Amino acid sequence: MSDSRERILARLRANRPIEVPTPTVYAKPLGWDREHCIASFMQRMQAVRGEVHRIARDAWVDWLAGELPARGIHHLLAGNGDVGDRLASALPASIRLSRYDHPIEQWKPALFNDIDAAITHARAGLAESGSIVLWPDANEPRLMSLAPPIHIALLDSHKLHENFAAMIAAEHWANGMPTNALLISGPSKTADIEQTLAYGIHGPKQLITLLLD
Amino acid sequence: MNQTDAFHRRIDEALHNAQLRQNFRSALTGIMARRAEQFPDETQLQALRDQARAVRANALVRQPELLERLEAKLTENGIQVHWAEGPDEANAIIHGILERAGAKTVVKGKSMVSEETGLNHYLEHHGIEVIESDLGEYIIQLAEEPPSHIVAPAIHKNRREVAELFQRFHPEIPYTEDIDQLTQSARVVLRDRFANADAGISGVNFAVAETGTLCLVENEGNGRLSTTAPRVHVAITGIEKVVERLSDVPPLLEILTKSATGQPITTYFNMISRPRQPGELDGPEAVHLVLLDNGRSRIRVDDELLDTLRCIRCGACINHCPVYVQLGGHAYGTVYPGPIGIALEPQRIGIHKVGTLTSACTLCGACGEVCPVRIPLPKLINRLRAEAVDGLRAGTAVRGHGSMRKPAEAGVWLLWRWLYTAPSRYRLFTRLATRLRWMTPPWLGAWTRYRCAPRPAQRTLHELAREEGFRNE
Ligand code: SF4
Repeated sequence: MSDSRERILARLRANRPIEVPTPTVYAKPLGWDREHCIASFMQRMQAVRGEVHRIARDAWVDWLAGELPARGIHHLLAGNGDVGDRLASALPASIRLSRYDHPIEQWKPALFNDIDAAITHARAGLAESGSIVLWPDANEPRLMSLAPPIHIALLDSHKLHENFAAMIAAEHWANGMPTNALLISGPSKTADIEQTLAYGIHGPKQLITLLLD
Repeated sequence: MNQTDAFHRRIDEALHNAQLRQNFRSALTGIMARRAEQFPDETQLQALRDQARAVRANALVRQPELLERLEAKLTENGIQVHWAEGPDEANAIIHGILERAGAKTVVKGKSMVSEETGLNHYLEHHGIEVIESDLGEYIIQLAEEPPSHIVAPAIHKNRREVAELFQRFHPEIPYTEDIDQLTQSARVVLRDRFANADAGISGVNFAVAETGTLCLVENEGNGRLSTTAPRVHVAITGIEKVVERLSDVPPLLEILTKSATGQPITTYFNMISRPRQPGELDGPEAVHLVLLDNGRSRIRVDDELLDTLRCIRCGACINHCPVYVQLGGHAYGTVYPGPIGIALEPQRIGIHKVGTLTSACTLCGACGEVCPVRIPLPKLINRLRAEAVDGLRAGTAVRGHGSMRKPAEAGVWLLWRWLYTAPSRYRLFTRLATRLRWMTPPWLGAWTRYRCAPRPAQRTLHELAREEGFRNE
């Protein structure tokens, strides 16, 4: 490749510093049980203004059917999988359901301007930091959790891990990463003006996690 | 004007700007308190620092192999890797990528490395529109100022100053000094930009060799938007950001966010390993990584100075620096201010250009105590001070070695050594100094501008001790 590459690598190879002894592998074993994980997840998520509702496994469709109109959400975006299928028949007529089923180039302005909320799965959650974990894919593309002002995530409460380190070990992430993986902890925020926290800057203004038992 | 006079002039300006000092004082006090809250347990904090230090230090030990592994893995994943020796090469590479992609508008996430290369200026000069999308970066882009802090670039501005900028550039938005409303205005203004930009440019916090993953830490979502919405994504980073394993990342992430802003985690931790794959409906079609050296590989040659490269750019040393809080970031005149700037910039740019920065340090040690990767900043700064005035020429990697040596100063120390290494000379000297104390001049240049001239005591300490019956003092 380029000469720069060779020159840089040659300079780096010229010195071999001494290795530092690595302390015991980082993975604070917290020893939390499921309820402790759930409590911590909810508390941490709420501390950064993330909404969490713990509901029964099959209750989320009804919950949304009741809650979305009450919150003035008229236009919901779902992916191509089962979530959208189930909502299609259950949502009241006042709510328009769109599916993310064609490439972004064909409908970017609409995605950025017309959608009130998007709903996706979360593949896991982190108890210690209060994070949801997403691996966006062809069914639930990346911008769903980013462009609309509200993001609703469905999280199986059995998929909570203690923390990031525990999760990548348990799920063997190092064996294969997806195009994009995300930890999301609350709605978007900034403290760039006077170090004062303000929510809802570029990403979603609200993050609603439905924690399914 | 030489570098020292120029630095003193900037210091003078900063110290006479009461508003600026107030802005820094109040912002930094808050950040320090929030950081402290994140580390209630001292033992755990120290263990985490050990872990983070070892991860970074060993990544530097194996840096050449890791960079090759990273390159191979990224390439396998479909991310194109470019190497740049310096700013010009990096800028040209990025411009080339954008040109080939026909990109005319760019949204940019925060990247200090792009400040090193002066990328915005370069691209704009070549007819490409660049919009900074991080709120702080956007504010200083409007103000046409460089960042004054590596984590909080607009920390020197208060809400009134931001409101005035918005008023000037977006007169259609009603004037407000309310921070929530200002934030909403920025959202509205920048949204179209994200939706329409041809390319996105970002920095990188950690590059994982094992998996070929670029990790980005942020709160606003602008980093995700810049790396997801446009059809091309170009990431730029220093060659020191590589780490070996994915399992190295959690301890670094934890200590980074806690040290930087006192958050247990940021809103978004974004891990990018591939461009858009067949069947996927969004994300950039092409992802590029530009690896910039810009003096880093030269720093690594020295076994003491290479510690500088462990830095994860958390800004904690800056937040805790008693000099920075008085001066703010612009007074330093370099891309990186504060303790890390004092340690890094003379090595990167040369002592002959910015070595005078090393004087902006009281060696209080606060920076070294908070640094999450245990960089011994005071020791490095002291080393650079010595390098700056050392008479010996050989055996150092630092450019501009000895360039700040002054014959008069060197002569004084030579005399000092001559007096202090022979007891007879030393006794004669102290005797003369005490007996002739009335001869001490009352004006001693800058020292006596605000202080009295020091005057030796009537008798030496040795004499007093002997009188008190001490022997073998
Ligand atoms: S030197 Fe240490 S404290 Fe300063 S920015 Fe780098 S990692 Fe943070």
